[in-house]
Order: sequence, then C-alpha cells, then structure tokens
Amino acid sequence: MEHIRTPKVENVRMFDKLTPRKCMVGTLYLSSTHTIFVENSEARKETWILHSLMSNVERLPTNPSGSPLIIRCKNFHVYRLLIPQEKDCVDVLASLTRLSHPERYGELFCFSFNPNLDKELREKAWAFIDLKAEFIRMGIPRNLWHATAANHEHRLCDTYPSELYVPKSVSPAVIVGSAKFRSRGRLPVLSYYHRDSSASICRSSQPLSGFSARSSDDEQMLQAIMKSNPVSEFMYVVDTRPKLNAMANRAAGKGYENEDHYTNIKLQFIGIENIHVMRNSQQKLIDVGDLVAPTMSDFLWGLENSGWLKHIKAVLDAGVFIAKAVAEDGVSVLVHCSDGWDRTAQACSVASVLLDSYYRTIKGLMVLIEKDWVSFGHKFSHRYAHLDGDPKEVSPVMDQFLECVWQLMQQFPCAFEFNERFLIQLHTNIYSCQYGNFIGNCQKERRDLKLQERTHSLWPHLWENRAEYTNPLYRNDHSQTQGVLKPLTTAYCFKFWKGMYGRAEKSVTSQSPADCLNAVREESQQLEEELSTHQEVPRETDAGQENCRAEGEDFRGEEEDQEVV
Amino acid sequence: MELSEHIKTANVEDVTLRRPFHPALRGTLCVTSHHLLFSDRKDEDSWQLLILLRNIDATEKSVENLFGYPRAVGSSGTITIKCKDLLVLQLEIPGMEECLNIASSIEALSALESVTEMYPFFYRPSHLTLHGPWGLSSTEKYYKQTERLWDRWRVSTVNSDYSVCPSYPHAVIVPREVDDEKLVQSARFRQGGRFPVLSYCHHRNGMVIMRSSQPLTGANRKRCKEDELLLQAVIDGSLLGYIIDLRSTQQAQQARMTGGGFESKSCYSHWKRIHRHHERGKVLQESLIKLVEACSDPSHSVDRWLSKLENSKWLSHVHSALSTAGLVVECVERDGHSVLVHGSEGTDSTLLVSSLAQLILDPASRTLTGFLGLLERDWIQAGHPFQQRCAHSAYSHARLKQECPSFLLLLDCVWQVWRQFPLALEFSEALLLRLAQEVYASNYGTFLCNNEQERCAAGVKENTHCLFQSLLSPDIEEQYLNPLYEPTDLAIWPSVHPQSLQLWTGLFLRWTEYAQNMEEAREEVWSIVKEHRERAGPDRTNNTPSTHCDTLTPFENLMDELTIL
Repeated sequence: MEHIRTPKVENVRMFDKLTPRKCMVGTLYLSSTHTIFVENSEARKETWILHSLMSNVERLPTNPSGSPLIIRCKNFHVYRLLIPQEKDCVDVLASLTRLSHPERYGELFCFSFNPNLDKELREKAWAFIDLKAEFIRMGIPRNLWHATAANHEHRLCDTYPSELYVPKSVSPAVIVGSAKFRSRGRLPVLSYYHRDSSASICRSSQPLSGFSARSSDDEQMLQAIMKSNPVSEFMYVVDTRPKLNAMANRAAGKGYENEDHYTNIKLQFIGIENIHVMRNSQQKLIDVGDLVAPTMSDFLWGLENSGWLKHIKAVLDAGVFIAKAVAEDGVSVLVHCSDGWDRTAQACSVASVLLDSYYRTIKGLMVLIEKDWVSFGHKFSHRYAHLDGDPKEVSPVMDQFLECVWQLMQQFPCAFEFNERFLIQLHTNIYSCQYGNFIGNCQKERRDLKLQERTHSLWPHLWENRAEYTNPLYRNDHSQTQGVLKPLTTAYCFKFWKGMYGRAEKSVTSQSPADCLNAVREESQQLEEELSTHQEVPRETDAGQENCRAEGEDFRGEEEDQEVV
Repeated sequence: MELSEHIKTANVEDVTLRRPFHPALRGTLCVTSHHLLFSDRKDEDSWQLLILLRNIDATEKSVENLFGYPRAVGSSGTITIKCKDLLVLQLEIPGMEECLNIASSIEALSALESVTEMYPFFYRPSHLTLHGPWGLSSTEKYYKQTERLWDRWRVSTVNSDYSVCPSYPHAVIVPREVDDEKLVQSARFRQGGRFPVLSYCHHRNGMVIMRSSQPLTGANRKRCKEDELLLQAVIDGSLLGYIIDLRSTQQAQQARMTGGGFESKSCYSHWKRIHRHHERGKVLQESLIKLVEACSDPSHSVDRWLSKLENSKWLSHVHSALSTAGLVVECVERDGHSVLVHGSEGTDSTLLVSSLAQLILDPASRTLTGFLGLLERDWIQAGHPFQQRCAHSAYSHARLKQECPSFLLLLDCVWQVWRQFPLALEFSEALLLRLAQEVYASNYGTFLCNNEQERCAAGVKENTHCLFQSLLSPDIEEQYLNPLYEPTDLAIWPSVHPQSLQLWTGLFLRWTEYAQNMEEAREEVWSIVKEHRERAGPDRTNNTPSTHCDTLTPFENLMDELTIL
C-alpha cells in the first residue's frame, strides 16, 4: 500500500484503439493489486487491470486536454488513458511503475489472492495433477525404467524434481557421474515414453565436453538409454541449438556429444535461436500489431521482418523430427540445448503433443505443462518477468510452445479437446502470478517458498470451467484425434496468431462459430435429457431452448468480466 | 474445321497419372472434343478422372529421345497439365508421338474461340431439360420485389435492342422523371454507353447505389445536360450524393487526355467525389499469377513465403476492395446518402465494389438464392466480360490480353466477409470454390460470353443449362449451405485491418494436404448440426438455436478459433 501515491483520480478518459474519437470518462482507482477504471456511465462498467500483468507504463508529453498514460500488458492488451492533471499522472505513473515491478516473491499477487477455499480444498487442488500417475499412464515397462531417489532433497541437481526416471540398468555411480558431466547437473532423464514403439524421449543439459573432455559415466548413461529400447540399434541426440552456437560453447568447456566417444548415437542440430533472438523477435511482432492504420504490405513486411513465424516453425520442426524418430523409426531421442530448460522443454513438449493424443485434451495439456515445464525446471520468474530483474533473462519461451499448439490446432481442427481461449487463458496465467503454479524457477524453489500452503493452484479452476475451453469439433474417436499428428510445416501453414497478438482490435463486430456449435451441442444434450424425462410431453422441448438461450446470454456476461483479469 | 480433326490420337494405354498427395495410377487416357478422360483398368470399381479441356490453362511437355530415333522402343513423354482451378497433374505417356499428339490436341481444344463450340452447348444430362427456367433474377424481378422503388424509379427498355449500350441488359432501372431520350444522351456521354443505372436500393432508408462508366468530358471539359439531370434526379430532394471514383485523382485527371474524365464539382454541384485507387486488368492478373506461383512451391522458407505473399499484392487488392465497399456502405447506411460508383469502363472494379457493398448492407443478398441473384444481376447481366477476363487463369504462358481475375477477387472478398461473420451468410465456402471453378470452365452456359447481347446472339439460354438453377436443385443445394447460418438484419461491416485478412487457403491451397483436414472439420460441423436437428425434430423452422442472433461477442479473436469451418 505504501507505493500508492494517489488512490483515486477522477475524470479520467480511456480510449479505444480503433476509434480514437470514442472514449469513456470515469474514475481510476489504484489498489495494491489492481488498477480499476469505473465508467461514469449508467452501466458503471469496470475494467480491472492486474498490476503483475503490466509490462510497461509510459507517460506521453502533456497536451492541452491532459496527460496521456499508456499501460501495456504482458498479455498484449494496451490501455490508453488521459488524466486531466499532470501531477496526478506523474503520481499514477510512479505508483504503477513500482507496483508492476515487484522486487520480492512476497509481493506477488498469488500471496494475497484468496478465492475462499478451505485448507482441505486447497490441498486437494494442489493434488489435482499427479505426475507419478502420469508416468504410470505412459506405461513405462518396469523392467527397463524406474524412478531413482538419486536426486532426493535435490542434492544431485537443484533444478530437477526430486524423483527422476532413468534406465533401470544404470548404477547410482553412473547417475552421479553423468550429472557431474552435464551443465548444472541436469543429467539425461526420461521425459516421455512412447508405448507403441517403446522408444523414449529423454532430456538433459549440454555435456561439459569442451574440445576433448569425456565421461565414461555419461557415455554409459546414453548407452543404457539406447538399450532401454530393445528394438533399436542407435539413438538420436537432438541438440536444439544452431550448430554454430553449440560449437561456440565448446570454448567455455561445454558443447555437444562427440559422436566418436558415444557408441551408436546420431547427433542432430535443429537450430532454434536463443532467448535473446526470440525476445527481440516478439517485440518486433508486437510492434507490427501496434501499427496505426498499416497497409497490407506494412503488415506482411513487418511480419516477415520480425522473423517470429520462422522461429515458431523451428520449434515445431524440432517437435516433428523427434516425434517422427520416436513413432515411425522407433528410435529413442535425447534432447538438450544449453541448460536444458528452454528449447529442450519446447521441443519435448511439442513432440509429446504430436505423439500422444492425451496431451491434446484439456487435462492432458495441464499434465504436460506441469511435467515438462514446471517440474523439470523452467525459469518462470525470469522469463516472464515476475520479479524486477535482468531484462535480458526475459523471453517468450512458453509463448512459443503455446503458439505451436495453436498452429497445430489450425491444421487439425478436430484433434484438440481445448480451444484457443484455453491457450490464451494459460498464457495470461503464466504471466499474471495470480496462482502459485508458475512462481519460482524449479521444484526446490517452490518448496522453499511454501507455495502449496500460501497460494492456490490454477488447474482445478480451469478444470471447473472447462466447458468454456472446449472445442466443439473434438471427438475422441475422430480420425484426426487418433495416433500421431503429422503436421505440414510448409511455410504457408504458419499464420499470424491474431487472437493473441491482435487483441487490441476488438471492437469489430463478429460472431463465433465455436460458441454457436457449443450451444448446439449443449442444446442437443439438453433436449435428449428432456426427451428421456418427459417422453409423453414433446412440447417441453421448446421451453428447454429458451433456457439454453438465456444461459447463453449470461455466459457472455461472464466473458466480459474475464477481460479484466 | 470439325473439333474431332484436332484429335490425332484418341486413346493411349498404359498411361501413368500423378496427382499431388495420391499414389500414381496406371490406366487408359482418352481425348474427346471436350474432355480428357483417364480411367484405371480395373474391371470392378474402376476409377475415372474427367477433366474439361476448357479447364486446362497450360500444358508442358517433355519428351525423351526427341532427337534420337523416332519410335524408339521405350520412348515416352510427360505432359504436365495445369488447370484453371489450380490443380496440377502429370501424365506419363508411352510413345513419343502419342504424347505429342495428345499435347497438341489439348492445346487446340482447350483454347476454342467460338462460343457455340464450347461444351455447355453439348452438355445434355438426362436429369435436366433445356426448357426449364433460366436464371434467377433480372432487372424486372428486382424492381417488382423492391417496393421502395415503385414511386420514384422505373424500368426502362431503352436498351432493348442493345443499341444504346452494347454491354448493358435490355432493361435497366432509372429515375422515373428521366425519359428514354435523356438516357440516350447520357449514354453517349459515358464510355461504352454505360450511363448511370440503379444497382441497389437500401431497404432501410431508400438510398441507392448507382453504377456507370466514366463520363467522356475529355480535355475540353465537355458537359452533358442530360447526364447532369439524370444524376440530379437520383438524389432528388436530398442535398448530397457521393461519387466513388475508383481511380486516383491523378489517374482521373489523366483520363481526360484520352477522352475520359470525371464529374466536376461545378457541373454536378450536389455530388461529392471521392477517389480510391484500384488496380485493374493486367496488374491484377499478374498479382494472381505471382500468388499462385508462391503457393505452389512448398520449399520456401517462412521469410521467403511472406515476402512472396507480400510481393504478389493480392491481399492488398482484397484490402482495397473491401475498404472501398466499406466506404460505400458508410455513405449509404451511416450517412444516408446515395452513391454512384465508377472507374473507367465500369465493368470490373465498379461491379466488385457495388456488389460487395450490397452483401454488407443487404440481408437478402446473403442467402444462397439472394447471392446468386446478386451475381446474376450485378455481374452477368451488368456486362462483366467473363469470356475475356477468364480466358486464362494463373498458369497460362499465353500473352495476356484482356484477362483479369476481378470475379475471383470478389469471391475472395466474400470469403473474407464469411470468415469474419461465419453465421451471417447462408451459403458456404464450398459455393465460392465451385463458382471459382465454374467461372473458368463449366458445363453450364451461365458464365459464357461477355454480355447479354452476345448471349442472345449465341442462343445461350436456348441451348445450354443454367448453373444457378442447378445449384439450387434440392439434392445439390445442401452442400452449399452454411450449417451455422443465422440471418441478421444488420449491416455486417468487415474489419479491413490487415491482420483480419487472410490468404484464402481453401482456394489457393486447395490441392494440398492442408485442405483435407479442413474438409473433415467441415463434415464434423455438419454432423453436429444434423444430429442436433434430428433431436430437435421437424418442428423447428430455424436451423440452429439463436444464441447469437445479432449480438456481438466481446472478443473478436473468438471467431478465429474456427476460421476454417
């Protein structure tokens, strides 16, 4: 509260991007967590902007009508305000700048967010996703793979989860030796097991190979991983970095596996650029969306110049390569980049989505994110700027994963149980710090922060509202749903994600076929139920429709509230 | 010369057919006067491909042993057939001579000049009779249906012998107070005699959209009293009308040097002129060629693809057409003024803009019948020279003459509108695709010739079948209906922001794998809707529950979820 200089400013105007002449007059309130704009109109419409979602607040030079203030959010919403008094504007700017850049974990919204759940429910909510059960679901053969306690209390690798799956044949000494030979101790461990081909996806960080170093433990580890797939005679090591970057790392005593030292591995470079390239690329993409009255050429040129879709294609290509190796060739794959928590997470999770239809369901995607991103360690607080820190650590790694899924949804409209809204909701929550799921950078950090006792879990909340996130075209017995997805990665398949980056433009009137289809589905079900209960009174069906319609209206009302998260 | 004289080799055995994404087939190839027929040789369940020769845009042949021994054993040739509907096929033909014969037959027979030799004059399916009704709409019918016109407007048959304007239909709608003598004078003052006629009368306020060609003011600023009176009569009591000139100010000025010109402020004091530049003719045709070329090379990198897409300028043309149509709608609906649209000849972009504006304004033109009627009145009867414009499509090597994809551009714009308002149009993308095909090569006579006069002379009505009638026959109609159709009375303003416009993948990527998944998705939509209708029973008059009648979803992005439906 001590950061709020002015809790309330009156006669503030908020502008609509598309129709700059149109604006709403209202009052601006600053709370410790939200900035709230309440319109003076009859409806008293409220717009809530979460401070932790603000990425940048900017004040433009004062003009005769007042001081303009632009609030840009991490979910790409932009709010344009005009504050009558320059002094108020300066105060609001100073307050928001501080409030939107928390310095300690304790200041994050999740620690004050209270959805009124009792202790028992909260614990149950945190147990909603069970990764142990997920590894069982994959059908790992117990004679080949097992969970090792080597990382108990995170003593081997502080950014890995305490429970790791490794080939049963490797001894504890090999595990320790392999961890020592890998950057930050992130040794090769199982990420996904593909039952149909018995090939697996493992992940790690880069080896500390330099120009000549080798480790027999690490070599044994890879050998064991390869042998855990009885049918194949070699395995792939997928280095997701451009080869040049990987080679440059050798000078720092890191690098990539020497094919002469490891028996029967094939090294494959994919060429996903590093976090700095991605950050700049996304900024250019956002700038394209910000253009005022662009021509078609401005837009397409900007899109090309940002390089964004090229990077999305690189990530998807990595996933496609791995999925093909695992499913079609039946060859196991070890994936790594430098530290094994950005590009590696992207490549493994995209491959998993392609390989396993479970990850294309609502629950399955949650499990996948929990496994490949949360549990295996991903620097959420740095990448998504949860805390005020080094801007060079910020990068849209997860954005790219979600976008790959979206691009796949464009190609396979019937294959995913969830819709675009679900992805956008996930994206917002990864940045917003409202729930505890994405706080901290690894399991150990989260445990130390006691997140499970102090914050709430997002997953059950999304699950309860799953009706809103359901793709009406999804059927679990549809041909597109079955088996491995083989997407085209031709350049023309990649589209600008308007739902994500084009959100500024929303005043245009339009209709949603998805909502309409969902309504049709719901109504059908309702009619079915009514029919079975009122067999003799078929006229009742009409009443049922009226109800359905009314519910539809309410549903839209809630939608508008969602906007302010 | 008889058509059959072009055929030197009618049958070849052992031909291999290659199509994109299908295994190669071996079979018999047969050339007839109008078709290319391929059938595989299996006795049961044989598969046939029938291609209208008119549909073939270009052939490329490569013959082995061309300079070696004639009739050498094992000599063969390959003909690549590029169709106007963008399909590309390859035929491997054993025997060099046969190959050359077939290629030359295709070249001669696909480019027939005489209308009465074309296939529609020979197409005689058993289920259709030549004496059925021809066409759906006409000037007289439109006048009869539109009560608002009866007071101030009349149907004039001054052009009944096509002497006043060779490209106009025999009947046109003009202000009641302007007599035929004045029309004749006005026609002399307009290029090609295309004097201002009514195209649409807005059901809400009685304002009208007129179209014409440019006035022949010339360098000496000639005037025509009758033309001025005609336009004065259009706006009658009101103070203002808008002339949307589809050329830049500079182009309009330059047109005076060659005898054309524009309506000057001093002579047409109640009309305000707005210039909007539209590309025409060759530029559009080249744009289409570049776009198709970009789409047919899947090896492009993302950057190169975007750069080629931009460079083709096709989407820029879509953008300007929709923007100008939006401008017309703004004048008519929002400001309540009548509009005259013209460019130079008034046979291309003029029709494009006026018909798009009607689609946006008029709910009646968004039904299947209404839309076809609109095309019939505003394109076919209005004298769009289909035969010249659609002589070749994107692949032809022939020197461009009068080709121009104006109609394809219209279909693309309509697709963009449909994509943004997936519930507002009664017809589906399938209809637009069918029309895109029929306009270049058809069994039906609908798109033959350049204007009504030519069609009369050739006896099109008497000797061919009508496409539109056939599309509306009950067993065919359903595949062209939009399962999600919900009529709305409102104007549907499409967003013309570049990020809202997309490549029409359904057309331009029609023959790629990409299209298959979309087809499955469409089927899924149908099956959901049908299932629903069965449950809801026959009582329901409307197709789908109206959760969205004319309400607007809060986020525009919701519609992007199912852009492909």
